[in-house]
Amino acid sequence: MTKSPGDRLKLEIVLTVNNKAVKVRAHAMDRLLDVLRHELGLTGTKEGCGEGECGSCSVLMDGALVNSCLIPVLQAKGTRIVTIEGLAGHGRFCALHEAFLNCGGAQCGICTPGMILAAFHLLEKKPKPTAKEISEGLSGNLCRCTGYAQIVEAVMEAARRRVET
Amino acid sequence: MRKANFPKSSSVESTSGNMIGMKNDRIVGTSVPRREGRDKVTGQARYVDDMVLPGMLYGATVRSRIPRGKIKKVKFGPGIHWKEFVIVSAKDIPGKNCIALIEDDQPCLADGIVNHPEEPILLLAHPDRHLLPKAVEAVSIEYDPLPAIFTMEESETLRERIWGSDNTFKQILIEKGDVESVWPKADYVVEGEYRTGAQEQLYIENNGMIAAFDSEKGLTAWGSLQCPFYVHRALMKLCDLPAEKTRVVQMETGGAFGGKEEYPSMIAAHAALLAIKSGKPVKIIYDRMEDMAATTKRHPSRTRHRTAVSKDGKILGGEIEFTLDGGAYATLSSVVLSRGAIHAGGPYYWPHVRIRARAVATNAPPHGAFRGFGAPQSLFALERHMDRIAEVVQLSPVEIRRRNFLQPGQTTTTGQTASEPIDLGKLLDRALELSDYETKKKRFVAENQRANCKKGIGIASFLHGAGFTGAGERYLGSVVGVEGCEDGRVRVLVSSSEFGQGTKTVLCQIAAEALGLRYEDVDIAQPDTQEVPNSGPTVASRTVMIVGKLVQSAAIGIRQTLAASGLLGNSYSPEQFRAACRDYVAKHGRFRSLARYEQPESIVWDEEKYRGSAYAAFAWAVYVAAVTVDMTTCGVSVDDFVALQEVGKVLHPVLAKGQIVGGIAQAIGFALYEKVFWENGRMLNGQMTNYIMPTSADLPPIRVYFEEMGNVHGAFGAKGIGELPIDGPAPAIINAVGDALGVSFDAIPLLPEDIFDALEKHAGTACATSSLRRGQ
Repeated sequence: MTKSPGDRLKLEIVLTVNNKAVKVRAHAMDRLLDVLRHELGLTGTKEGCGEGECGSCSVLMDGALVNSCLIPVLQAKGTRIVTIEGLAGHGRFCALHEAFLNCGGAQCGICTPGMILAAFHLLEKKPKPTAKEISEGLSGNLCRCTGYAQIVEAVMEAARRRVET
Repeated sequence: MRKANFPKSSSVESTSGNMIGMKNDRIVGTSVPRREGRDKVTGQARYVDDMVLPGMLYGATVRSRIPRGKIKKVKFGPGIHWKEFVIVSAKDIPGKNCIALIEDDQPCLADGIVNHPEEPILLLAHPDRHLLPKAVEAVSIEYDPLPAIFTMEESETLRERIWGSDNTFKQILIEKGDVESVWPKADYVVEGEYRTGAQEQLYIENNGMIAAFDSEKGLTAWGSLQCPFYVHRALMKLCDLPAEKTRVVQMETGGAFGGKEEYPSMIAAHAALLAIKSGKPVKIIYDRMEDMAATTKRHPSRTRHRTAVSKDGKILGGEIEFTLDGGAYATLSSVVLSRGAIHAGGPYYWPHVRIRARAVATNAPPHGAFRGFGAPQSLFALERHMDRIAEVVQLSPVEIRRRNFLQPGQTTTTGQTASEPIDLGKLLDRALELSDYETKKKRFVAENQRANCKKGIGIASFLHGAGFTGAGERYLGSVVGVEGCEDGRVRVLVSSSEFGQGTKTVLCQIAAEALGLRYEDVDIAQPDTQEVPNSGPTVASRTVMIVGKLVQSAAIGIRQTLAASGLLGNSYSPEQFRAACRDYVAKHGRFRSLARYEQPESIVWDEEKYRGSAYAAFAWAVYVAAVTVDMTTCGVSVDDFVALQEVGKVLHPVLAKGQIVGGIAQAIGFALYEKVFWENGRMLNGQMTNYIMPTSADLPPIRVYFEEMGNVHGAFGAKGIGELPIDGPAPAIINAVGDALGVSFDAIPLLPEDIFDALEKHAGTACATSSLRRGQ
């Protein structure tokens, strides 16, 4: 793409994504979601609504669960971001992936990366959640396929396995 | 490559195909891992928006802002470097300006006239996607507005004729017996009118397409879609291209629910026109608001019942008038209407019935396919009406249903003999027991007296026909392939798409089972019109039953080829099979076995009279919902949900349960949350912020039970399952709300404000009545 006049207004922003320091040139108000997907090629983070309702674009920012469609990239400067690609590369978290696979927690798969990050975040806070705590904890992530029951089962299963190992 | 064997599906019914399944259910019936599941849970699955082609432009759509009018002038406003943009109008269309479907009445781009808000008029493309929204805004269109109509009732008055001569896309008349003969014999005549609203499919992945054009190779479209060959056909007609120069590839699809049945043809058409004009690949991805406002939704409906009933609660006969709002163009309304009309009589015996169904035009974006396809609308009406009949006859909701269930040997409203050995009374008993219905019912009556949160329990019994209606499957004539490959593995070739239901998983299970292989020995091709035969659209709960049976049949053809060549004996291990397949391919090249659908002779359908076998098989269900209504907020919460169904053989328990729970969740939204607010034919609340679907915190425990009866029409005894669960929950829940409050409701979605209004009114009448009594 040719350089548009807007390119001059871009800033150099350094952040850590999946344990790697990265430098991106972006407008201050560019969405973290777009920077991840378009600049860094991390397309596992999905856009569902673009207004922070569906949670498909959930990532971890300094350990907090955020909707990356609502985060201006400047706000992410200097932070540590974890996306589904970062989680997938990390052996310790296999329990969650396996459980989603075995329990039917993923159907069409579009909400799944965000849902798994939300589940990961929940388990970090509450290693042994009840079904109700899971339902409440994941209620910021919308899924249209599953009716959530098998997602809740998957998180319970992952919690059991994480405790066992 | 050679084509080996063309086993007919009808002949397989009597050959070894079923026997393998019966003797040796190793894979079918178990919950193997979802085929593409690993990619999905690790974020590696590739959806259309994840794909970038070199030199790719981004496309956007300029849409009508009025419901109906003539386009006077198009002006390109200041502040935009228009020369940098590719601009496409109706004049740029190489072939016919239509989105080919049933009727070719819907233009790809408006040419001189618009018939609904959001109708596409112009297309823009640019390398920088950030510039597109401003450019779309900067196009101003002058119109000569024409009077528009927005309701079914306005359409029926013919005040304005907006489609054809009578605003009618399709009329259907189903007649059985002589309904006029029943009125004099009736002890009661029960009337009711029931309505359902538009519902957005709300797949989490918005619609999107990429198209690329090369004058040598032709046109390719990659996208989020259900029906590759629908898109293929639409592109051929629009671009005037031959089949071999038109290619459609399905990308991983993030939910569909019918919402990606017909509209993807429109988006592919738009991307194609921009790609042809620019010579560059073009990506169009809708944002949520555009997707919700412009693409299809469930048809709003109105159903009127007039039923003759005897004093012992038997239905003697009735008239049903079923009307759908189709929006501005015909699209799929005629077939949605057909399914809705056929399901309007539900799982009951009607000695005499007349069903008049009609899909009418309004100046709203066309309504379209959505899981259930007309049946959730007519079944909501019927199952509410059954409770009304019960009230009039003073029988319980349970008893009124029990006395009218269709029995084996009796005929449906279309005259189809119920041939399956289904015992609906037993199904009902089991559902009552599982839900602890009688105890709860009594307890709620006692407790509701004083409570500020009133509880109620409701039931719905219903059915859903699997596969295309009537002669539809015969016309489709689906073809499925199974291929033997170099490494000795086999590959399933179908256009049936995966969008969450588990198509790939179950079809691989079926092929593995039919061949005595392991699940891992079978692959399945990504739907690509250049690579797979046309196994029909992925709709109508037809994939497992119809396509699955053909996969089973084609797989057997592979085995027969290997056996005939002397490479494979009667019994073999998976390793021996792979060795035989490898040897065969080394000698003769890759080989394919194709199976084509042939309708069993027992399925006879008269499209003119709407008589005969509407569906090869039905799935049956009884659902029970328990609810609480908070009298302070008027909010309804579903506390418990029991879903008992008979869907034939369950091929994959985890996926099957996922279909049922997911369908029920969507139906809870349909009943209680999801309201489209309209203004002059345009959706006002096209955001997830103000169009509310259930979250994980909103849903009750959903308890799923299967009864399994074999079915000769499906692979290893399976029937369709995907749509059934969206038919019953809404009436069960609204019946439960009626039970809790003693006030019944006949329209959905039922929001707290509707309940508040009804209670106010009821209190008003109650006061008036009581004062009257006092006065007496």
